[in-house]
Amino acid sequence: MDLLAQYVMNGVMLGLMYALVALGFTLFFGVLDVVQFAHGDVVTAGAFAGLATYAGLVLAGVESAVPQLVLVVIAATLSMAVLGAVLGRVLVLPLKGAPPLNVLLATLMGGTALRECIRLFYPGGSQPQRFPALLPSASWSMGHFTLRLDNVLMIVAGGVLVLGLSLVLRRTRLGLEIRAVAQDEETARTMGIDFRRVVLLTFAIGSALAAFAGVMHGLYYNEINFGSGLLLGVIGFSAAVLGGLGSFGGAVLGGFLFAGLQTLGAVALPFASAYKDVFAFTVVILLMTWKPTGLIGEQLGERV
Amino acid sequence: MYRKIAFLRVALFALALALALPAAAKETVKLAFIGPLTGGNSAIGLGGRNSAELAVKLRNADPKSKYQYDLVVLDDECKPDTGVQVATKAGADRSIAAGVTHYCSVVAVATVDTFHRLGLPTIVWGAVLPDITYGHSYKEIHRVNGTMINQNETAAKLMLKQGYRRWVVIHDTTDYGKGHNKYFTQYATGGGGKILGTFGVTADQQDFTAELTQAKALNPEVIFFGGLTPIGVRIRAQMDKLGINAQFQGTSGIVNDDFIKALGPLAEGVVAFREGAPAEKLPGGKFFLEKYAEQKYPNPPEAYGPFAYAAASLLMDTIDKVGPDRKKIITALAGVKNVDSITGPITFDDHGQNTVAAITAYVVQDGKWVVWEDSEYASGKRKLKGR
Repeated sequence: MDLLAQYVMNGVMLGLMYALVALGFTLFFGVLDVVQFAHGDVVTAGAFAGLATYAGLVLAGVESAVPQLVLVVIAATLSMAVLGAVLGRVLVLPLKGAPPLNVLLATLMGGTALRECIRLFYPGGSQPQRFPALLPSASWSMGHFTLRLDNVLMIVAGGVLVLGLSLVLRRTRLGLEIRAVAQDEETARTMGIDFRRVVLLTFAIGSALAAFAGVMHGLYYNEINFGSGLLLGVIGFSAAVLGGLGSFGGAVLGGFLFAGLQTLGAVALPFASAYKDVFAFTVVILLMTWKPTGLIGEQLGERV
Repeated sequence: MYRKIAFLRVALFALALALALPAAAKETVKLAFIGPLTGGNSAIGLGGRNSAELAVKLRNADPKSKYQYDLVVLDDECKPDTGVQVATKAGADRSIAAGVTHYCSVVAVATVDTFHRLGLPTIVWGAVLPDITYGHSYKEIHRVNGTMINQNETAAKLMLKQGYRRWVVIHDTTDYGKGHNKYFTQYATGGGGKILGTFGVTADQQDFTAELTQAKALNPEVIFFGGLTPIGVRIRAQMDKLGINAQFQGTSGIVNDDFIKALGPLAEGVVAFREGAPAEKLPGGKFFLEKYAEQKYPNPPEAYGPFAYAAASLLMDTIDKVGPDRKKIITALAGVKNVDSITGPITFDDHGQNTVAAITAYVVQDGKWVVWEDSEYASGKRKLKGR
C-alpha cells in the first residue's frame, strides 16, 4: 500500500510536468494548426533562466528562499513568454500558409540551436547543473512512502496554474479571442480580432507554462542539463496527441496517462526497466491507431 | 672564405663522428609509441608520450643497456580509422621491434587485428575496455593498466570489507554500464554479497523515481551505479528525494569534479573506483615524478603517464634480454610474472592482461575526491552510510 502510494506520487509529479508541456503544444496547434517542436527546449531554457536568476540573486545578496523562489519563477516565466512570442513571430508566423512540414522543420532546428546555445554559452553548460532546493524540504515517511512538502506545494501550484488557464480560456475576453481564432481564423478576423496579437499571446502563454514546467523540473530533480527538455518535448507532444491535439482536457489527461504508463512499465514489467519508454510509447501508438484524433476530440475550436 | 667553410665542414664532421661513436657501438632498436596527440584527449596522449620518451632517455643513458633505443611517435587522434593507419605503419616497419599503444578504447580495440596480422608485440598503456585483451586470443596484445574487471574486483573487496552485504545495482544499458554490472555482480556475490535487484536504465533517462521506489522496498545497504556522471547525479539526487538512506557507490565514470559540482553536499561520502592511481601513490611514483620534472616537459604526465613509462620499460627490459626479434619478444612477454615496475608488479595472464594492475578507491570528502586510504572515512573519523 505504502509502495503504491509512492508510485502514485511519483506518477502525479511526472504527469503534471508532462501536462504543462502538453498544454503548450495543444495551445499552439489550436490557434495556428502548427506543431512547435522547439517547445521542449523552451522548457530547458526556462529552467536555465531560473537558475541564472538564482545565481544573480545570490550574488546580489538575496539569501531568503521565498523572494528567491518568487523572483526565479517570475523571471523564468516572463523571459520564456517573450522568447515564445519571438519564436512564434520569427519561426512560425512567416511560414503561415506554407506546408506544415516547413514549420515543423524550422522549429525543430530553432530548438536545436537554442539547446546548443545553452550548452555552449551557459557556464559549464555541457555538464549537469545543480538546481537549488528553494522549497521547504520537510517530509513524512510511512513505510516506503515519503510525502515531501515541496512535492505537495508543486502539485498544488501546478494544479492552480492549469485550472487558472482553463478559466482564462473560458471566462475572459482573451480566452474568447483565442477560442475564436482556433475555431475559424477568417471569421475571427472579420469580427475585429487582432489575429497576430492573439497568436503571439498564445505563444507567450504556452511558453510561460513551459518555463514553469522547467523550474518545477529543476526543483523536483535538483538537477538540470542542456538536454533536459528534449525527451520532455517528445513526451509532451505525444501526450498532447494522445489526448487529442487542440483539446485542453486532452493534454492534461494525456500527460497523466503517459506518466502512468511509464511508471507501470518500470514497475510491472519483469525485465529491465530500461524498456519503460519503449512500453509507454508502444501503448501510445496502439491507442492512437484505436483513436486517431485522440482520447478527447478537439474542443478548443471544435473544428471539423 | 671557401677554405673557412671547408674547415668548418671538417670540424662538424669530426664532431658528429665523435658524438655518434659511442652510440654506434650499440645497435639501435626502434619502439613505436601510439596515442592521441591531437584532439580532445591530447593532454593524456602527450603525457603518455613524454613518459614513454622519458623511459627511453633514461635507458639510453644507462651504460648497462645492450641497445640504443629510438622512440617512433605516432598520433592516433583517438579515432579508430587513424589508429588502424598508424598501427599498420608501425607494424609494417620491420625496424620497429614493439609498440606502446593507445589510450582510447575504441582505437585500441580496432587495432588488435592489425597488430596480430603484422605480428607486432604491443603493450596497451591506457585503454580500459576488457575486450582489448579478452576479446580475442592474439598473443601480440598486452596491457599494463587495469580494466573494469580489476576495478570491480577491488570495489567488491573494499565494500565487503566495510561490512556491506546487500546491493541494488542500477546500470546504464551501454557496454560500459553492462560490463560494470556483470563484473561487479560476479565479484560481490563471489565474496558473499547479495544483489537484491538489478535495473538497466537508458543513458539519457531523467526520472528514476520508479526504479528507486522499487529499490527502496528491497532495502539495500548500498546502491551500486554503473554509468557516467549525468545520470549518476540524477540517481543520487533522487535517492535523497525518496528518502533512501543507502550508501551510493559508483564506477570510474563518476570520478570527476562535475559530479561533485552538480550534487553539492549530497556528494559527500560517495565511493567510486578508478583504474590506475595518482602518480605519487604508485610504488615508483616519487622516482618517476622526479625524473619527469627534470626533463621540464611543458605538460604533466597525467593519469596514465606512469603506465606508458612502465610499458616502455618492460619492452626494453625484454629486448635487452632476448634481442630485437618480434617473435622472441612475444614469447618472453607471455612469461612476464611479478615483474617490478613503477606502477607495481606486472603479471600477464594468458590474454596478456596485467592481473595485478593498480586500482584506486576514492571517496568524496568536503567536496573533493580523496584517495580512500587518505580519507577520514578510512581512518574511522567519518562513517559511510549505515556503518
